[in-house]
This record gives sequence, C-alpha cells and structure tokens, in this order.
Amino acid sequence: MRRTTSVTRPASPATEAMFPRLLTSALIAGAGAGLLAALLQLIFVQPLLLQAELYETGQLTHFGADGSPAGSLRFAGIDPLRDGLTVVFSMLVYCGYALILVALMALAEMRGAGVDARRGILWGVAGFVVAQMAPAVSLAPELPGSLAGEVEARQVWWFACVISAAVALWLIAFGRSWPAWAAAVVLLLAPHLWGAPMPEAFGGPVPPELAALFAARVLGVGLAVWAVLGVLAGALWNGERDG
Amino acid sequence: MTTHAISAARPATALTLAFTAMLGVGILWMAGHAQAAALHDAAHDVRHATGFPCH
Repeated sequence: MRRTTSVTRPASPATEAMFPRLLTSALIAGAGAGLLAALLQLIFVQPLLLQAELYETGQLTHFGADGSPAGSLRFAGIDPLRDGLTVVFSMLVYCGYALILVALMALAEMRGAGVDARRGILWGVAGFVVAQMAPAVSLAPELPGSLAGEVEARQVWWFACVISAAVALWLIAFGRSWPAWAAAVVLLLAPHLWGAPMPEAFGGPVPPELAALFAARVLGVGLAVWAVLGVLAGALWNGERDG
Repeated sequence: MTTHAISAARPATALTLAFTAMLGVGILWMAGHAQAAALHDAAHDVRHATGFPCH
C-alpha cells in the first residue's frame, strides 16, 4: 500500500531523468576545467616538455663539464596542430573526471550530504589528491626521456593507486567509525608500501633540475584545475537538481 | 515517504550513477592511457602534463 503511494507520487528530483542532468553538469564542468588546464599547461608545462625533447632526441646533452644552458622555459608561441590536440585531449580528460565526480556527488547527496559550489572546492581538492597527488608520491610526473619501468605495469599500478585513494577519501569523508578510517589509512599507504614499477637504473638524458620543476608544475597546475573543476561541478549539479 | 520513493527508484538510480562513472572511466582510458600509436601521439603532451604514465 505504502509502495503504491510512493510510486504514484511524482518522481523526486533525484529520480527524474537523472542521466541528462548528470551529463550536462559533468560536460560543462569538464569542458571549462579542461580549457583552463590546457591554457595553464601551454604556458607553464609545455615549454619544459619541449626543452626535455631536445635532450630526449640528443640535440642537447647535460653531462658535459660545463653543464648545459638552462634555455628559455617561457611560452614559445602556438603550434596549431600540437596545441589544438592539447586543448581537445585536456577537455576530454577533465570531462572523464567530471563524469565520475558528478556521479559521486549525486551519490553522496542521496546519502544526505549537501552539494554546492562552496563544498565543491573540497570535492575538487579531494579529486586532485586521488588522481594526481597520490600516484605522484611514488610515480612522479615524467618528462619525455625520463627512464621508467614498463608502461603497462605503471598503468596498472596507477589505476590501483587511484582507485584505492578514491575509496580511502570516501571512507574518510563519509565513514562514521574507526574501522572505516583505519581502512582508509591502509588504502592510502598500501600502493606506496607495495611500490610502483621503477626503472632498472637511473640516468636518463634529461637534467634533474628540469624534471623536478616539471613535476612541481604538473602538480601545481593540477591542484588549480581540480579546485575549479570541483567548484564548477558542485555549482552546476546544484543548479541542475533545483532547476 | 521520500525515503520510500528513493528506495523504490534505487536500482535504476544506482545503475544511472554507475553508468555515468563508467563512461568517465572509458573516456579517461581512451584519452589518457590507451597505447594505440595515433592516440598516444595526439594525447602526448596532455598525458605528460597530467602525470599519466605515457611511454
């Protein structure tokens, strides 16, 4: 009897045509964050990639007695094809992240959490920790030419690390018991105690100074973009739900 | 009553959320990790600049 009442009632905002609303919020937030990511990457990250490629291809070497010129790490102008692809793939990557983020926001909301632009910042920072900071702790962002373990093994480790960090942060945020929080700590530490695939030897052709700057910039840009992605996703999902 | 409405709709909602998230994972795999040469070359800079294992 009760069941009949609930079914004949107009569908709640949480159930009515949910997929288009999820899709709209995620794709707009992802496109916006992806554009910002591309812009920041073109200014702060790509010049380092271009410089590293000179070492990767042997046009520059840094093992001489006098070192090698630091060169210009400033924005070097537009290469339409290469930079266009960066914009497209950057938007794709952040749309992918946004679809997952908005689905999780909707799930949290059904379980009683509030979602809006302000709280979206927390979601964005959590996303950064999950997708960039956690894997980077053992698998630092790599410049072209860096020596590294097998790519397939690194990808498996990357996904394992990101999934376990995601579950861990969900448990920290929404768990209500000490066992849940303890499990979160184990999940955060486990991939790093296990260890990421490493190269058999160090000694890549790219200067360590350039690699360190690159890793720092990737993480800095990542944090900025994820914070914006969280705000956009929170604001848009909030609007879609109420609208 | 709201609780009942949600619990009646839960399987469909859960499926929608799962599908949305999997769509995101699929896009991430294609744009960030698939090793097909054309995809790899096109996405090269983004993969490095986002911290994905690239090559």
